[in-house]
Amino acid sequence: MTRRSFFARNPSALIFIACLAVFTLAVTLMSEGYGAGFISTSFVKTLGKTLCLCLVALAMDLIWGYAGILSLGHMAFFALGGYMIGMWLMYARTEEIVVTALAQGGLPATPEEIQQGIATQIFGVVGSSDLPAIWSFAHSLPLQLILALAVPGLLALVFGWLAFRSRVTGVYLSILTQAMTLALALYLFQNDSGLRGNNGLSGLQNLPGLGDTAQDLVSIWFFWASALALGLGYLALSWLVSGKFGSVVRAIRDDEARVRFLGYPVEVYKLFLFTLTALIAALAGVLYYPQAGIINPAELAPIASIYLAVWVAIGGRGRLYGAVLGAAFVSLLSSLFTSGRLPDIPLGPVSLNWVDWWLVILGLSFVAVTLFAPKGIGGLFDRFQHIGSPDRKGAQLGPDDGSLQEQEAQK
Amino acid sequence: MRLTACILAAILWFAPSLAIAQDANAIVTENRAQIEKPSRQTIGPVIAALAASGDPMADDILTAWEDRRLVIRKSDQAMFIAVPEGDGFALTALDGTAAGTAVAADLTALKPNAGVRGLIATVLVQFTLSDPDPAIRAEALASIARDPTAEALEPLRASLVSEADPALKAQKERLERFLTLRFDADPAARVAAIESLGTDTSLDVRAALNPLVATKRIASLGDPPGNLARTLTPGTDLTAVEAYDILVAASLAPARLTLEDQRTALLANIVNGSVGGVPVADLDTQEARNRAYTALEVAGTVPTAATDDEVTAALAAHSFHEVYVEPDATVTSAATATLAAIDRKVAFMQAADLGLDALSLAAIFFLAAIGLAITFGVMGVINMAHGEFITMGAYTGFVVQLFIPDYTLSILVALPLAFAVTFGAGVAMERLVIRHLYKRPLETLLATFGISIALQQILKNVFGTQARPLTAPGWLDGALEFNDVVSISYIRIAIFVLALIFLAFFLYLMKRTRLGLEVRAVTQNPAMAASMGINPDRINMLTFGLGSGIAGIAGVAIGLYAKVTSEMGADYIVQSFMTVVVGGVGNVWGTLAGATMIGSLQKVIEFLNPSNTLAAQTYMILFIILFIQFRPRGIIALRGRAAGD
Repeated sequence: MTRRSFFARNPSALIFIACLAVFTLAVTLMSEGYGAGFISTSFVKTLGKTLCLCLVALAMDLIWGYAGILSLGHMAFFALGGYMIGMWLMYARTEEIVVTALAQGGLPATPEEIQQGIATQIFGVVGSSDLPAIWSFAHSLPLQLILALAVPGLLALVFGWLAFRSRVTGVYLSILTQAMTLALALYLFQNDSGLRGNNGLSGLQNLPGLGDTAQDLVSIWFFWASALALGLGYLALSWLVSGKFGSVVRAIRDDEARVRFLGYPVEVYKLFLFTLTALIAALAGVLYYPQAGIINPAELAPIASIYLAVWVAIGGRGRLYGAVLGAAFVSLLSSLFTSGRLPDIPLGPVSLNWVDWWLVILGLSFVAVTLFAPKGIGGLFDRFQHIGSPDRKGAQLGPDDGSLQEQEAQK
Repeated sequence: MRLTACILAAILWFAPSLAIAQDANAIVTENRAQIEKPSRQTIGPVIAALAASGDPMADDILTAWEDRRLVIRKSDQAMFIAVPEGDGFALTALDGTAAGTAVAADLTALKPNAGVRGLIATVLVQFTLSDPDPAIRAEALASIARDPTAEALEPLRASLVSEADPALKAQKERLERFLTLRFDADPAARVAAIESLGTDTSLDVRAALNPLVATKRIASLGDPPGNLARTLTPGTDLTAVEAYDILVAASLAPARLTLEDQRTALLANIVNGSVGGVPVADLDTQEARNRAYTALEVAGTVPTAATDDEVTAALAAHSFHEVYVEPDATVTSAATATLAAIDRKVAFMQAADLGLDALSLAAIFFLAAIGLAITFGVMGVINMAHGEFITMGAYTGFVVQLFIPDYTLSILVALPLAFAVTFGAGVAMERLVIRHLYKRPLETLLATFGISIALQQILKNVFGTQARPLTAPGWLDGALEFNDVVSISYIRIAIFVLALIFLAFFLYLMKRTRLGLEVRAVTQNPAMAASMGINPDRINMLTFGLGSGIAGIAGVAIGLYAKVTSEMGADYIVQSFMTVVVGGVGNVWGTLAGATMIGSLQKVIEFLNPSNTLAAQTYMILFIILFIQFRPRGIIALRGRAAGD
């Protein structure tokens, strides 16, 4: 039997890439930087950020939807990546400012003076004037880019090794990852963590060396980069899950013990997936935060990772396009409702303020999706394609797991 | 010191001859010349005579004299006590009779110098220390204790004999010892006073002893002068920079050139675009700037500054020491020994205090977690909205207090009401959502998180974002204080007692009641329980409601000592899960052990790094993650069939 091409086996990947290309082109043609100007620069940034969120949702889908590991820590990896690139952005940008300021002092600046000036500029806000050791590589973009992947990757590797080695699974693993995220957030909230405490890093939208370039253009460049990363990420992940590797991963989700008895090193598979998805999340963070312009420890509060799970669940787990759809749909809707631009709805004596009640709607609709539509938005595509799950209606015959249902028993 | 003794001698010598029959007015008249131009050396006997006269006016006269309010009227040279009144002064004659008013221009005020005023003040202290009113005496003692001076010692001793009030006498004796150990002329008396303190751990004892062992850092060429505490080695005991700063401060070495000064000096000497022969454009390294500065030094245009070699040489030539400010070695060694003994005792007490703090924190964690121990530990249902149930309980207490102003009664009403509210919420949640998800634990986690987000936002919309008060009854105010170090607030004791009650209640419920039996049966084997006639649905519903209800009561308790906000429950949720997981799922003793461990751990870390409670939480979570590596099933692990999977 001849092997069919990758796209023939995965038509959804081809469709997705085509849609993404059309979308990117359309946004470019309507942007202020290169096109007709129908879309404001700030909305281009929102779209670019959304693409990054779609990328991290892909990672979440791989680890949760395919491998069944509900990690509540992937937004921590995302934010760590953002912090690492933010360090370079802030350092290089401050360096430009400091050099300009010192040049007006009469003498050309020495390296020590520049270093001192940068440290004072960046850390004056937390009452310090020394550059912490973790900023040692901040002067170099390549080194900091390596760190942006290496730091979250190593953290995921060590944490995953510890957790999987001791066979922590299911909800315990979820709680453990949540605790890790909380610990990291609390650590970064301190002023002496070396990353400016709760002030976070700011001014990241100003790219060093591109001070004269308008944000109209920069925003489109980042939009392209995000779209490219999302497209490549989608292709890579759909290749990964379509082969034998993907089958093993899905088998681990469905019955971990059986896969282990068949001789597969389950822990290695899980650790690889955990680290890989952490790297993807970090990459998404690297692209996200220059568009957002600011990062602070609140970004990696446990709630952020929960939202990530919510997006994937609403989009539909276990299918890559579901994750992308869910992330795009919910995060765009969320920014619409919390923008404060929607008018209040008067309901008799009180009025419904969308900013106040959006979280209530999100929480409850999420419960509804979990209860009534476990397949999420992706389930609509199944219905369209007439793929249904086996009909297991009817009351259970016993209270134990896996007991037969009434109608199954009659057959 | 000697002067004070002179005064005392003068009082003893002159008092009988001068004062017995005389009133204050007469003494002043007799010594008029001395009083108008007082000299510190000779005025002593006059002040002493006034003090010993027994005339009530003497106090007023001395006070006025010290305040520069003793005046001479220019018209008749008579002496009065003046009190500012309107534009001028109200005058009182020295025998106490009112003498009209005068404007400032008609008066000459006596201006005793600082030395004389000091003498007067000392005598005045004795007046107040022997005042018939105990309140004034107590106030005088307090003011001396606040600002101890050598001058206060003699009057204090003098007033000891006549003190009738036993409490005040004890206070005076204590203060006398504090003053003696600092100011007495005789080192033996000071050492005796220090040693008499024993291991008294009061703060005032430590405050009195600490000045004796205060040190300063000095540099010297040869043997150190003064009472040596220890010798410092630059590089180990203090940095080279600090050592050189000591030399500079003592004018033993020239100041080091700061980079800023160098820059200014270079800027000031730019000639034709170069400094000292180095072009300005090349001055972008420190090495080039040093070269330019040295060239300027050689040319003599800038002052010579210490180079690194000179700094090293100066540091090597001098020795550095820490010397006691107190010159007497016997006193410092006695004080050091006594302080060390006190420190040992204080350390024990701090450990005890830390233990109490840890226990009370453990009680809070236990309260927050015991509801979870039921829903998660027994039923295996993960309820992320548990934190919001705690918040709901606290808000129930707040609402009850809006209607019932009496705090004791309102808390008594709030506790069962909070249980009822959250029991209802829990049952509703179990019936509507969790029931459908028993076989999908990860989705239970997420669905309950959805509920948690929604509940938190609803509470925020209803009650606002600002913190609401939940006031404890008056009898819970204050703290149980064992001494200056060990104390615990009554609210924390109440929370501790509440936690114990819950523990007992939980044990009773699970081990001694029909419901507990059925809960355990359903947990272990639902099918078998169902065939024995137990309705698993009903049991699950009740168990879940019970766990939620206890969360509500815990909310009231936690709200009493923390602020009630819509996010207060969320602050406890991760810790609560950690408590249950660390302790061991399915066992209330495990939850207790987990709460104790996490509470103590957090307090110990906070004690080691008191400035940073955020870091304490970080390290604690890291520790828990590591702990789970070694005991994945918690401190108290279930064995056998009950352990499940």
